[in-house]
Amino acid sequence: MCGIVGLYLKNDKYEDRLGELFAPMLIAMTERGPDSAGFAVYGDEVDQGVKLTLRNEDENYDWSALAKEIEAKLNTKVDWFQNSKVAVFKVDIDAETVENYLMENHQDVLIMSSGKSIEILKEVGLPERIVNLFHLENMKGSHIIGHTRMATESAVTMAGSHPFSTGMDLCLVHNGSLSNHNRLRQELKREGIHFETENDSEVAAGYLTYRLQQGDSLNEALTHALDDLDGFFTFTIGTKDGFAVVRDPIACKPAVIAETDDYVAMASEYQALTTLPGIENAKVWEPEPSKVYVWERTTH
Amino acid sequence: MSTKSVAESVTTSGKQTVDLAQQTVRDLNQALHDQNKELTIAEWEVLNPKGEHNLAVGLDQKLKVDIYGPVGYYCAGMNKEADITVHGHAGQGIAENMMSGSVRVKGNASSAAGATAHGGFLVIEGDAGSRCGISMKGIDIVVKGNVGHMSCFMGQAGSLVVCGDAGDALGDSLYEVHIYVKGSVKSLGADCIEKEMRQEHLDELSALLEKAGVDEDPKAFKRYGSARQLYNFKVDNASAY
Amino acid sequence: MTEKKKYMTVPRESATFDKLTMAEIRRAADTGIYDIRGAGAKRKLPHFDDLLFLGASMSRYPLEGYREKCNTSVTLGTRFAKKPITIDTPVTIAGMSFGALSAYAKEALGRGASAVGTSTTTGDGGMTPEERGQSSKLVYQYLPSRYGMNPDDLRKADAIEVVLGQGAKPGGGGMLLGQKITERVAKMRTLPMGVDQRSACRHPDWTGPDDLEIKIKELREITDWQVPIYIKVGATRTYYDVKLAVKAGADVIVVDGMQGGTAATQDVFIEHVGIPTMAAIPQAVQALQEMGMHRKVQLIVSGGIRNGADVAKCMALGADAVAIGTAALVALGDNDPKWEEEYQKLGSTAGSYDDWHEGRDPAGISTQDPELMKRFDPVEGGRRLANYIRVLTLEAQTLARACGKNDLRHLEPEDLVALTVESAAMARVPLAGTSWIPGTHTF
Repeated sequence: MCGIVGLYLKNDKYEDRLGELFAPMLIAMTERGPDSAGFAVYGDEVDQGVKLTLRNEDENYDWSALAKEIEAKLNTKVDWFQNSKVAVFKVDIDAETVENYLMENHQDVLIMSSGKSIEILKEVGLPERIVNLFHLENMKGSHIIGHTRMATESAVTMAGSHPFSTGMDLCLVHNGSLSNHNRLRQELKREGIHFETENDSEVAAGYLTYRLQQGDSLNEALTHALDDLDGFFTFTIGTKDGFAVVRDPIACKPAVIAETDDYVAMASEYQALTTLPGIENAKVWEPEPSKVYVWERTTH
Repeated sequence: MSTKSVAESVTTSGKQTVDLAQQTVRDLNQALHDQNKELTIAEWEVLNPKGEHNLAVGLDQKLKVDIYGPVGYYCAGMNKEADITVHGHAGQGIAENMMSGSVRVKGNASSAAGATAHGGFLVIEGDAGSRCGISMKGIDIVVKGNVGHMSCFMGQAGSLVVCGDAGDALGDSLYEVHIYVKGSVKSLGADCIEKEMRQEHLDELSALLEKAGVDEDPKAFKRYGSARQLYNFKVDNASAY
Repeated sequence: MTEKKKYMTVPRESATFDKLTMAEIRRAADTGIYDIRGAGAKRKLPHFDDLLFLGASMSRYPLEGYREKCNTSVTLGTRFAKKPITIDTPVTIAGMSFGALSAYAKEALGRGASAVGTSTTTGDGGMTPEERGQSSKLVYQYLPSRYGMNPDDLRKADAIEVVLGQGAKPGGGGMLLGQKITERVAKMRTLPMGVDQRSACRHPDWTGPDDLEIKIKELREITDWQVPIYIKVGATRTYYDVKLAVKAGADVIVVDGMQGGTAATQDVFIEHVGIPTMAAIPQAVQALQEMGMHRKVQLIVSGGIRNGADVAKCMALGADAVAIGTAALVALGDNDPKWEEEYQKLGSTAGSYDDWHEGRDPAGISTQDPELMKRFDPVEGGRRLANYIRVLTLEAQTLARACGKNDLRHLEPEDLVALTVESAAMARVPLAGTSWIPGTHTF
């Protein structure tokens, strides 16, 4: 039960201002989700290897030592920076090798996201705190998806916060409540999808990962989701080059989309869009039930 | 948050301005409610609403309220008597449970516009989202653009006029609302059927269009209403329940 | 010539296909419609009867009955409302609609409740002048159908109860058959006369706690933050629901267990959805305690409350007040054996009559039939209800004093023990004579 917001740039006009434009959108959704907040930002893409967002609960964790260790043990190069309890590691080899190494040797390090451009940052607390903690205003990129959470059935923790990522460059935020996620989680686990929480939204993210692994396009995966996920949902999904919005067939959870020549923005409430440049003349509409809306950059 | 009382900002023209960049929603509503017992200031303008919720709710007086900018949920909720205009988009449940008076939205309205409203007049100049006029109980609604799915669900009384298109399941489980649609209807809901447009309906529709200030030919509309098959349980209708 | 059999096979009734079950199969096959009825779950459920109080003796000192004070008053709505409600007894009257009940019955509920200084509650179908006039403290229900909902009555209310569900049918809507949609009921609900009224299961203009938070603020804005706002839920995932109700901004949370009644819904719903009242209270209290809101957001529980012992046990488990519905109707005279002959004619018997939706209640309470309504005297009904609530209060006080408490709300779970493993697990109190509380590591 929550607020969701997303901003997808159709060209590079606002890329340097992505975080600055997005921060007030996230803060506007505070009342809908006072428990925790988070966002997935896409940008600063790596050409080679993988970018990982890593997290350690110890604020004084020695990321430098970890970077050096990975360089030595995996015979690769690591470019990294720290942001609060999170560090972004750009590693010059394939994702699986690094992820396996970390899971085997550093279980206290959580892998928040992996991909070419995604970084996921989330924390318990009010959205404004999260915005300041991670210096969202300074972030640049092509698109960004955020979430403010009012926890329903699973615990108020960082891990239970959105966005959820279970696959390369994929993330999902959700407003609503799924009603068949427990059985579906079991089925997806059998298919090799890994889950960290009991959260219904993570199952939706895992489901999309699974469908994409089966060779679905984003559009196809979301169309399948409409058949297989039961309950109430508005989803916003990010991929490396894409941005999608979909609502369940009943469509009770709010959603509004605004589009200009420069961007597509979505939010649970129009309130979150009022600070965007040119919003007065944007095309504004509510996404229809059971309809998949996808925007993808072909060249980036 | 409030930096000055609403009464202090009254202008000599008699029009009261409330700037929500300076004052709170509570200040605004209390000031408007203070008019319920005795009318001293009839005209109000509200600046910088920025999509805030619950603006101008529970009014009970012949006030004219102009809100410049987008409003959030339930603007003009349970309105009586007042004439409220939103110069922008409106969030969910605009004019919900309105009793009398009028509400006009210059932009689009989100879902559940005019929900359960017992009376009054609602005009949406843009599109309305899903469930427009859900469980309406006597209000008249005119939408210049389109309405979303499940509009007029369980509508009991009043009229819904749609100058554009209607989404899926229009008028599902309808009671006695008169629905007029000019454009296409994606699908009709259970127990909603197209009905003959008789002179009395053309007259009713003409009056509503004129009142809304919409220049449309009533003859271009189709009328929809209840087939009244779900009024009392019949086992043969079980699939519709 | 027949040889007498030595061993007779005794006809044996199937426990699975018992007489009731088979009658239901035949009824379904005949009519093609599920059984609709009123009242709450009739199956045997773990209930308050399975709990006992530990009275005072050596380690605790009892209070003297009648002389030494034992407070029963409770203030509801202290979190945000400018005007909280103080009731003299923690026994309140649950929401029952005009339409389901006659106007006289509603009036009697108001008279009885007012006489003992407690509150009564409207229902689906709006506020009648009779009940507003006779109720010193009236809670106005805000329901999905919004029948008769209007801002004037909203401003007349002493509290507003946003109903998400009720214990008899969490997740379901209401049903009032055509016979009861008389001219006055139809007018109040803006419905054609004689139609079956199907009430929605979700509110028309919000879904979920994030939207409810905004809705509650709207109701507060309309009423200038004067009156308390309650949220009522049917008992299911009570721990989560209570947390969300607090987050959404409730002043008071009403949890209605599955024994709670309804005017009419599907029997399958009544008997197979929800959790018993006793099991819901510890979940609700745990949620409130974890949020630091126990006693700050008040908890009213309902569903199968019958006597002062039930009241005291609810309070001991952590409730601030209780609500009665079915028991109040019985106190008014519903299901009275003096109408036995007429109940028989309806195919029922006094005590089992639950076809309230059909509107032929011989007691003249759950009806809109003018002739039947005349049988019921609202003044006498009010007197009977007041007497009954006084007894509930005195009984609860008696038990509280025996446990050494000068306030009903000082009763604690530690004053209770359970007779069965089931009740010990659900109420989270030890099995009598042991210190064993089954399953306390989880819920």
